[in-house]
Amino acid sequence: MLRLLMTLLTLCLISPLYAAEIATGDTTLDAAFEQLLDRNFDVKEQGVAALAASGHPKTGDLLRGILEGELRYLKENSRLVWMRPGADGDHAIDALTGDDYGVFSSRKFKKFAINNTMRGRLRTFAAERELHDPDPAVRLRAVNAMLDDVQPEHAALFSGLLDKEQDPAVREAMSEVVALARLSADDSAQRRHAITEVADSLSPAVRNGLTRLAKNDPDEGVRADAAAALKKIEDKVRLYGHVETLFFGLSAGSVLVLAAIGLAITFGVMGVINMAHGELIMLGAYTTYLMQQLMPDMTGLSIVLSIPAAFIVSGLAGIAIERGIIRFLYGRPLETLLATFGVSLVLQQLVRSAISSQNVPVSNPEFLSGLWQINSVLALTYNRLYIFIFCLLVFAGLYVVLKYTRLGLQVRAVSQNRSMARAMGVRSARVDALTFGLGSGIAGIAGVALSQLTNVGPNLGQSYIVDSFMVVVFGGVGNLWGTLIGGLGLGIANKVMEPWAGAVLAKILVLVFIILFIQKRPRGLFPQKGRAAEG
Amino acid sequence: MSAVQEFFRRDRVFDFMVPKVVDGLDLSHGTVLYMEDVSVAFDGFKAINNLNFYVNAGELRCLIGPNGAGKTTMMDIITGKTRPDTGTCWFGSRMNLLQMSEPEIAQAGIGRKFQKPTVFEYHSVYENLELAMAGPKGVWRTLRARLSAPERERIDEVLNLIGLSDEAQRIAGALSHGQKQWLEIGMLLMQNPLLLLVDEPAAGMTHQEMDRTVELLTSLAGEHSVVVVEHDMDFVRALNSRVTVLHQGSVLAEGSMDQVQGDPKVVEVYLGE
Amino acid sequence: MFLLRTLKGDHGGKVFLLTLLAVMIAVPVLNGLPADNPLYLSTYTVTLLGKYLTYALLAVAVDLVWGYLGILSLGHSAFFALGGYAMGMYLMRQIGERGVYGNPLLPDFMVFLNWQELPWFWHGFDQFWFAALMVFLAPGILAFVFGWLAFRSRVTGVYLSIITQALTYALMLAFFRNEMGFGGNNGLTDFKDILGFSLQSDSTRIGLFLASGIALALGYISCRALVKSRLGRVAVAIRDTEDRTRFIGYKVEHVKLAIFTFSAMLAGVAGALYVPQVGIINPGEFQPLNSIEVVIWVAIGGRATLYGAVLGAIGVNYAKTWFTAAFPEVWLFALGGLFVLVTLLLPRGIAGLWRRRQESAA
Repeated sequence: MLRLLMTLLTLCLISPLYAAEIATGDTTLDAAFEQLLDRNFDVKEQGVAALAASGHPKTGDLLRGILEGELRYLKENSRLVWMRPGADGDHAIDALTGDDYGVFSSRKFKKFAINNTMRGRLRTFAAERELHDPDPAVRLRAVNAMLDDVQPEHAALFSGLLDKEQDPAVREAMSEVVALARLSADDSAQRRHAITEVADSLSPAVRNGLTRLAKNDPDEGVRADAAAALKKIEDKVRLYGHVETLFFGLSAGSVLVLAAIGLAITFGVMGVINMAHGELIMLGAYTTYLMQQLMPDMTGLSIVLSIPAAFIVSGLAGIAIERGIIRFLYGRPLETLLATFGVSLVLQQLVRSAISSQNVPVSNPEFLSGLWQINSVLALTYNRLYIFIFCLLVFAGLYVVLKYTRLGLQVRAVSQNRSMARAMGVRSARVDALTFGLGSGIAGIAGVALSQLTNVGPNLGQSYIVDSFMVVVFGGVGNLWGTLIGGLGLGIANKVMEPWAGAVLAKILVLVFIILFIQKRPRGLFPQKGRAAEG
Repeated sequence: MSAVQEFFRRDRVFDFMVPKVVDGLDLSHGTVLYMEDVSVAFDGFKAINNLNFYVNAGELRCLIGPNGAGKTTMMDIITGKTRPDTGTCWFGSRMNLLQMSEPEIAQAGIGRKFQKPTVFEYHSVYENLELAMAGPKGVWRTLRARLSAPERERIDEVLNLIGLSDEAQRIAGALSHGQKQWLEIGMLLMQNPLLLLVDEPAAGMTHQEMDRTVELLTSLAGEHSVVVVEHDMDFVRALNSRVTVLHQGSVLAEGSMDQVQGDPKVVEVYLGE
Repeated sequence: MFLLRTLKGDHGGKVFLLTLLAVMIAVPVLNGLPADNPLYLSTYTVTLLGKYLTYALLAVAVDLVWGYLGILSLGHSAFFALGGYAMGMYLMRQIGERGVYGNPLLPDFMVFLNWQELPWFWHGFDQFWFAALMVFLAPGILAFVFGWLAFRSRVTGVYLSIITQALTYALMLAFFRNEMGFGGNNGLTDFKDILGFSLQSDSTRIGLFLASGIALALGYISCRALVKSRLGRVAVAIRDTEDRTRFIGYKVEHVKLAIFTFSAMLAGVAGALYVPQVGIINPGEFQPLNSIEVVIWVAIGGRATLYGAVLGAIGVNYAKTWFTAAFPEVWLFALGGLFVLVTLLLPRGIAGLWRRRQESAA
C-alpha cells in the first residue's frame, strides 16, 4: 500500500519531465509542443516559433488554440485535444483528426502555460497566417484583430503585404496598421513622420494611438505633433457628426415635407382646412400593406406599385370628401375644420373595423435596408436616404404640375380669384375637386413612404396632422417652397436639439418655437405678397 | 456720430420723454392733420409717393382721384391700419399718429367710415350706436357700463338725425344698403370725432338720400373737420368745398371744384391723352 | 335682482337653471332611497352625472370664446387639464403616508423615480386654498401669456385654432415626460380624500356632484352676465368685424385677452371638479382630440347660446357612455358622423332649431 502511494507520488512529481511527450504523429509538431511544455519561457517561445514554422495545415488553429487556452493535451494518450463542454461533461476532441475520445474530468486536460510576451507572438503568428488566407474577409478580420496590439516590427511586415494586397478594404486596414506601427517606432523622428501620415485617418485605433502619444511620449515634439493631429482629426469627426445630424434632420424633415405638402395644396392653395389629411396619409400606408398582402413574395415591386395605388386610393377618398362635404362649406373655414375632423374619426374607425385595431406589419424591401458606409465615422441608412430623394422627387413633380400644366394654371387662377376664373371659363367646381384630389393623393404617397419608417396603425395620421399644419403655417401658406424649406428646416432643428434635449423635449421646443414664430410673422417664412394678402 | 448729434440736439426733447398719447388736441395752429413726405410701397408698388396733405380745423375737404390713386391707403395711414415707410403724420401739433394704435387714434378723435358699409350685423341699430358712443372704452369700464339718461338722449337724437328711429330695435344686418350707410354715419356721429374720414358715403344712395347726406356733412363742418372721398362728381360739387386730387400716390392739384376741373393735368389724368 | 336682470330674455337659460336646480335637489334624494327602490340612483350614476356637469361647464367656457368672441379654441382641454392637475396635486399631497411607499412627503411616483425631495412647484399644494388658487391661476396665466402673444400679433381665425391645438399638443408631450414631475404617463391617481372627507364615501360623491352643479350654475350666470354687458356686445362686434371695432376705439386685444383668460379659468374649475370624481388625471387629458370634442358639443347644442353648450355636452356624453358600453365600435362612427351632419345640416345646433320655431311662431 505504502509502496503504491510512494510510486504514485513519484510519478506525479516527475510526470512533467517524462510523461509529457506528445504524440501527434507529426514529428515537427511533437518537437515544437515538447518545447512548449518546457518550464523555461525562452524555450517555450522557441516552441511557438517552431510551431509557426512547421507548415502544418492546422497551424493557425493550433496557434489560436494555445492563445485562447482551448487547446489542451490529454495525458491519457498524449494527444492534442480541444476541450469541448457537452451535456454530460467535457469532451476531448482530437485537434488534428477530430476524433472524440469521450468525457474526461477537467483536471485531465493540461493547459499550455503562456505569458504576455508569448501571447503577443502567438497573436502575430496566427494573424500572419490568416493574413495570407485567400478569403479577403478573413484577411480583414486578421488585420483588424491586430489593431489593438500593434508592435513596431509590424511596419515592415505589413508594408510587404500591402504591395501584394488587392482588396481595397484590407489595404486600408493594413495601411492603418503600418501607420500605427510607425507611431510606436523607437526613433522620435520616425514617430513624428508617422503622425503626419495618419493625420487624415478617422479610425478609432489611430485616434487611440495618437492619444497615447500625446499623453505619454517621452519626446515633447512628438507630443505636440500628436496633440495637433488629434485635434485636427477630432474636428473632422465632429464635422462628420454634424453631417450625420444634418442628414438625420433632412430625412426627418423629408417626412414632414411629404406629410405636409399635400396639405400645402389643400390648405395653402385652396384655403381648405382638412383635418382628415392625416387619415389620407394613413390610407396610403394601408394601401401599401394591402399591396404587400396581394403579392407577398415581391416586396420591392409591391412598394413601387403602391405609390400609384396609394395616390389613387387617397386621391379618390379626397375627391369624395370634397364633393360630399367641403364644397358646401367654402368660406366657412372653422366649420370645414370640424366636419373634416369628423371624417377623420370615421376613417380611423373604418380601418379599425375593416382591418384591425392593432398595427399591421409592413416589410421593407431589400434595397431600402442596409447602410452606406462612407467612412469609419459616417454611415447613412438607405431608407433615410431614399426618403429624402423621394421627397425631392415628389416636390419636383408637384411643382411641375402646378407650374406647367393646364390644371396647375387653373388651380392657381381659382385660388387667386375664384369669380374671375369662373368668368374666364374655368369650371371652378371641377378644379376644386381635382385640386383636392391632387393634395389628397400626395398624402397617400406620403403614407407609402411613412409605412417604411414607422408603425402602420389607425393612429398613424393623428400623429402627423399637427406637425403638418405647423410646417405649412411656418413655411407660409400658399407657398410650396415655403413648405419644403420649412419642413426640412424643422426636421433639422429637431435633430440638432435632440442630442442635448431628448426627442420629446426637442419636439416641444420646436412647437413652442413655431407658436412664437407665428406671433412674430403671422404669415410664415415666405408670405404671399401684395394687397390681396392684406386684411 | 450723426446719431449722437441727433441725440443731443437742443431744440428737441428726447423721444422717450415725449408722451405717446397726449390729452387734448393742440389746434393752436389751426391745422388738424399734417401729413408730410409720406411714402408707402406694397411689394415695390408705390401706393403713396411723397404725399403732403393738410386739413384745417373745421374744414370740409373732398378727395378725388382715379382708382389706385391711393385714397384708401391714405386713410389707412391716418387711422393706423397701415404704417408708412417714410414721412410723418400728426394729429394737431402734438399727437404723432404713427406711434398710436388704431383704438388710440379712434379715441383721440378720428372717426372713419369705410368704403363698404361695415356695421355690426348681429347687433340692433340701437346697440350699434351705443357701442360707437364716445366715452371710456377700457375692458373693465365696458363691462360695468350702463346707459345714462343723457346718453340715451344722445342716441335718440342721432337716430332721429339718420332717420332710423323706427328701425332702432332691428338687427343691423337686416337693413338696406343705404340704411347701413346712414347707420355707419350715425356711428361716426356717436363717436363725436374731431376729424371724420368718410369713404364714398353716397354709394348706393338715392338722390334724396344723397341730398340729405350733403346737408349733414356740410352741417358737421365747422365744429368737426371732414374729409370726404367720393367718385360721384355731382355729389362733390354739391358739397361745395375745397377739393384735392390724388394721382399715383401724391397730390396732383388742389382748389375749388371749378379750379380743379379746369386744370389740364387733372383733365389728362381723368380723360387720358 | 341681479339674477333676474341677467336672465331677462334668456328663456333657454331659465329653463336650464330651473332644471339644474331640480336635478340637484332630486339626485341626493333619489340616492338616499333604499337600493331596491325602482327610483334608486346609484352612487356610480351620481358621479357620472357630476362628470357630465363638469363637461358642461367646460363647454360653456368654450362657447363663450367661440360663440361670442369668434375664437375657435382647440386648446381648451389644456386649461381643463391644468385645473385638473392643480386639484390632483392637492389630492396627491393629501394621501400622505397612506401611499404604497408610505413616504409622508413624496408622492409614490417620486419615490419610485428615486427623487429625494419635493420639486419646488409642488410646495403649497398641501393647502386646499393654495390649490384652489392655482386652479384659477395656472390656466389663467397660461391663457394670459398665450393670448397676449397671439392677440397682439393679430393671429386670428384658423391660424389661431391651429396654434391653440399646437399648444395643447406640446403640453401633452411635456406632461408625458417623467422629468416634468407630474407623474409622467400614469399621471396622478390613487387619491384618498378631499378636505378630510373620503373620496370613496357616498356623501362625498354627492357633495362633489352638488359642487359641480353650483359651479356650473355660477359659471353660466357669470357668462350670461358678461354676454349681456356692453363688453359682451363688444365681443360679438369683434367676432363679426374686428377692424370696425378697433376703429371705433376699442382695444380689441384687451377685450379678447380678458374674455379668453376668464374662459380658461372656467375650464380650469371644470377640470378641478372633474378630477376628484373620476379619480385620475393623466396627460391624455391634454389630447387635441378632447378639445375638438368639446367644440362639437357646443356646435351640436347651438353656438352662442350658452345653454346650448350645456345641452350638447350632456347629450353627447350621455350618448358616448351608452354607445361605448353597447356598441364600442360604432361610437367613433357616430361621433364623426355628428361632426359632419351638424356642420352641414344644423349649423345653429339644437338650440337653433328651438329658436327657429320660436321665431316662426312669433
